[in-house]
Amino acid sequence: MPFYRSHRCPEPRARLGGLDAVRVGLVALASPLLFSARALADDAASTFDTGIFSGVSTPAIQIQTYSLGVVAICAAIFVVVVGFGAWTVIRFRRRDEDDDREPPQIYGSNSLELAWTVIPLVIVFILALVTARAIVELQLDKRPAGWLAVTAVGHQWWWEFQYPEYGITTANELHIPVNRPGARRPTFLTLESEDVIHSFWIPRLAGKTDIIPNRTNHLWFEPLQTGLYVGQCSEYCGTQHANMLLRVYVHSPTDFERWVREQQRDAVSDPRVADGRSVFLETACINCHTVRGTVATGQFGPDLTHLMSRQTLGAGVGTLDAKTLRAWVLNPDHLKPGVRMPAMGVEGESLDQLVSYLLSLK
Amino acid sequence: MSDATLPRQLDDGRRVDRGRAGMACLILTESAFFAIFVVAYLFYIGKSVTGPQPVDVLDFPVVGTVALLSSSGTIMFAVRALRRGEIARFIASFLVTITLGVVFLVSTAMEWNRLIFEDGLTIGTNLFGTTFYSLVGFHAAHVCIGILLMSGIWSMTLLGHVKSRHAEKVELVSWYWHFVDAVWLVVLTSVYIVGL
Amino acid sequence: MAAIDTPTPPVTAPGHSWTDTLHDWVTTCDHKKLGVMYVCSGLFFFCVAGLEAAAMRYQLLFAGNDAIGPETFNRLFTMHGTTMVFLVGMPIITGFGNYFLPLMIGARDMAYPRLNAWGFWMFFFGAFLFYFSFLGADGLYGAGTAPDVGWFAYAPLTGKAFSRGNSTDYWILGILISGFGSLSGAINMLGTVISLRCRGMTFGRMPLFVWMMSVVSFLILIALTPLAAAQVMLLFDRFLGAHFFDTQAGGDAVLWQHFFWFFGHPEVYILIIPGFAYASEIIPVFSRKVIFGYPVMVAATISIGVLSVGVWAHHMFAVGMQRELNIYFAAITMLVGVPTGIKIFNWIGTMYGGKIRFQTPMLFCTAFVFQFVLAGLTGIMLAATPFDWQLTDTYFVVAHFHYVLIGGLIFTIFGACYYWFPKVSGKMLDETLGKWHFWLFVIGFQLTFTTMHVQGLLGMPRRIYTYPSDRSWEIWNQITSAGVLFQAAGVLVFFYAIARALHSGRPAGPDPWDAWTLEWSTSSPPPDYNFAEAPEVHSRRPLWDAKHPEDPDWKHE
Repeated sequence: MPFYRSHRCPEPRARLGGLDAVRVGLVALASPLLFSARALADDAASTFDTGIFSGVSTPAIQIQTYSLGVVAICAAIFVVVVGFGAWTVIRFRRRDEDDDREPPQIYGSNSLELAWTVIPLVIVFILALVTARAIVELQLDKRPAGWLAVTAVGHQWWWEFQYPEYGITTANELHIPVNRPGARRPTFLTLESEDVIHSFWIPRLAGKTDIIPNRTNHLWFEPLQTGLYVGQCSEYCGTQHANMLLRVYVHSPTDFERWVREQQRDAVSDPRVADGRSVFLETACINCHTVRGTVATGQFGPDLTHLMSRQTLGAGVGTLDAKTLRAWVLNPDHLKPGVRMPAMGVEGESLDQLVSYLLSLK
Repeated sequence: MSDATLPRQLDDGRRVDRGRAGMACLILTESAFFAIFVVAYLFYIGKSVTGPQPVDVLDFPVVGTVALLSSSGTIMFAVRALRRGEIARFIASFLVTITLGVVFLVSTAMEWNRLIFEDGLTIGTNLFGTTFYSLVGFHAAHVCIGILLMSGIWSMTLLGHVKSRHAEKVELVSWYWHFVDAVWLVVLTSVYIVGL
Repeated sequence: MAAIDTPTPPVTAPGHSWTDTLHDWVTTCDHKKLGVMYVCSGLFFFCVAGLEAAAMRYQLLFAGNDAIGPETFNRLFTMHGTTMVFLVGMPIITGFGNYFLPLMIGARDMAYPRLNAWGFWMFFFGAFLFYFSFLGADGLYGAGTAPDVGWFAYAPLTGKAFSRGNSTDYWILGILISGFGSLSGAINMLGTVISLRCRGMTFGRMPLFVWMMSVVSFLILIALTPLAAAQVMLLFDRFLGAHFFDTQAGGDAVLWQHFFWFFGHPEVYILIIPGFAYASEIIPVFSRKVIFGYPVMVAATISIGVLSVGVWAHHMFAVGMQRELNIYFAAITMLVGVPTGIKIFNWIGTMYGGKIRFQTPMLFCTAFVFQFVLAGLTGIMLAATPFDWQLTDTYFVVAHFHYVLIGGLIFTIFGACYYWFPKVSGKMLDETLGKWHFWLFVIGFQLTFTTMHVQGLLGMPRRIYTYPSDRSWEIWNQITSAGVLFQAAGVLVFFYAIARALHSGRPAGPDPWDAWTLEWSTSSPPPDYNFAEAPEVHSRRPLWDAKHPEDPDWKHE
């Protein structure tokens, strides 16, 4: 089932239904201070929490704790100021029985001005110190020893992941190990861009860091729970910025080792899809894509060596199944308007063979 | 009107002349404009990956600098002459100022000619070329504007339209000219001293 | 000084045809006419940009919606943002400044009337050029494509390699040219304040409106030309093969951000401080009290102006700057919240002990004060760098700046319109319609922008034309979009109220609000020459002195 409603949506949703109107009405009546970050469970089968207060990784948790402190201070200030302001506005409104005499003209008060300058200055001073400490703890420029090194390269509009220690290159779906007390192996990402500025963001794992061409940035995760965590590009990078989704699979150490070993193998060479492989190697596919173990060593597009070990296509634009794959190869622009991959002009039987070949790349 | 005594009058009604206020504002905003080009120049020092480097191709522009800086002196002289009503002296020293400005432009043109055709440095060659031509070019453009302003005034003086009562307005143009000179000092320092 | 001297309003000469009127307006150097033209242009573009926003909110109603495709959506948010900042905010503040600054200081016109006219037409043609891009820009997808690089146009997306065609050039040139309008307005306002204050009006007796517009003008002078410089650099990159922001040749993409935000941050203070100016005039009059703490208000405004120049990189916390820089920018951004807070306390202090009349101008300004508290506090959250690492580039930021710019600036602009429309036109706006406008708009604003913070906290990035259905963002987007209808309704009521008033509004007279600054001593509308005799003032509220000779202000200042 598609995680993302495909470009051509089959179910017409032209009007807001009655249930939506009730929802709107109910929430409209709720308090304006909606700081609840827990996602409302949708009626869809699976939903992802991308809330910033749902941290499962050390940096995200540290940011979360710090941020809640900031929110608390701000909430207190809000209550005091708005409370007093509201009372003032009600208490001193002109009533009908008021005569037209002007009220006493108060020009100012030095002691009040001093008080409400000094108190905010103190608050700011404390906040600045706490912030400085948090920045120092969270911002790392060098990979500490023993941490998993991953290089994330941003492209228009997909992600490339390289694991230099293992000689693996994948795309769009990042696999990393979980961290347990006594068995820490945080992930240290080096961020690079092939073209324009992007930004790497998985809210539950860490804050975002921009990916900037001609510059190297860093980001680190220490996930404490296995699972699948999602995010997406967070710096406008052109037409399909919205469809540059990210998936991070956090595995137990054994599962992670197994995944690495599978990725390190060369591409599956199934004789049953030899026709399809010929189509692949003879069409210009090899100019952009790499399939390790064949002559395809292109660098412009995602590495396809273990394509079918991924679950989505086109950086999240659709599920990776036969039907979507076929539609994609036929005309990628149909699923992701503006995508850099051209329609390769492969149709009919050649297309079927090609798709069969791609489906074999487990 | 109130019967009570009026407050001590803190204000004698004197105000800064609006021409001076306006020219000061213009100079302030132009300074901000140039500052960005200077920052870009300084930022990119040493970062060109290919192409000619400053130390290889730049010669300290003595003639242009002397000409431009002296023109600040001559324009001061000219304005003073105009204020005193000495029109002939004003015409002469104003002409010298304009000529010195032109000398500066010619020396810049000659330097650019050499850089482009002999050293192969253009705005697109490398980061040095990009920042150099932009910064020096915008400065030269402002020199051109100053020369145009002064030429206009000079011609009108020849036609007898400019009198000593206009000295204040001409002084505003001299402020602009001094500003252009000051920018040159900054450009000189950034490009021919710091950047080398 | 004579008590309220009210010459009769100007009368159109007989035989004056519509072509004569048009010629009058097109060739005018009069600050009042230019002020009206600036504000009307701004309100026109407000509607245009509002429609662009409505289109985006329609697309975002459903996950995976395909009402508007990515190319169009990306153009919509670029045009919406750029229009609102440069073609709505800037002209409206220039317009109000133009109209009222000379009147408030007892002058006949601005210091440089012809520069004023030139500035307006530069703005006008720059705006026209910018919108012509919908027809004329030759983009990648065929003829007629507006810019799609976002209102802050980050490099290298704006380079020739990634923005083919001319749409980005329209962004550059449109803003560059219309920026001359803002620059000329700023030079005019500062020059006027310095040179043309009437006798007795020392700097310490200027209305706060005048002080604040002076600070704004100063900020414009030091912030706008850096933007122009950066845009010229981008033009050089795109047309002359320069490499300022060309990362393939060693250029630095972040340099653009530094230059842009060095302009961009003061720009948002340039936009909001006039809102403070309108509130500082309206709140005292409707509370029937002098502004609380005038000298502190002046000092706070100047501090905001000075500090705002040094905080720009808080827009760049995710860029990977060194720790020390992140710490500095966080601290100084939090610091600039202090003088702003002081002003809020002073406004509340003005209302305290007053006899508040909740007519439409005051309704808008009161809502402004409360909304601005939240806007400022979300700003503090964004200044807290680690928090910002989660919040930046999400709908939380979008909510924050709309809270400041709509909840702050637009609300005070509406208040200013209701307050000063009688002076400009000689007619009162209908109070009932004003209240309808206010309540529709505030409900819509709250529905849209308070809710929008939630999407940000739930991890929704900005500038996305669609979103997956499995993120649970849809319901919040729907509430946000619903608010648009109320805001649109409110704005329609506003325009209807103006039309009604112009046609058959109650005559206003010179001083309908019983106010205290010099503009209320002229007729409504004022004669071309403003004052028959140059006024002489002895305090900050000359009309208070005239109305209360037994207790003039100058005894207490």
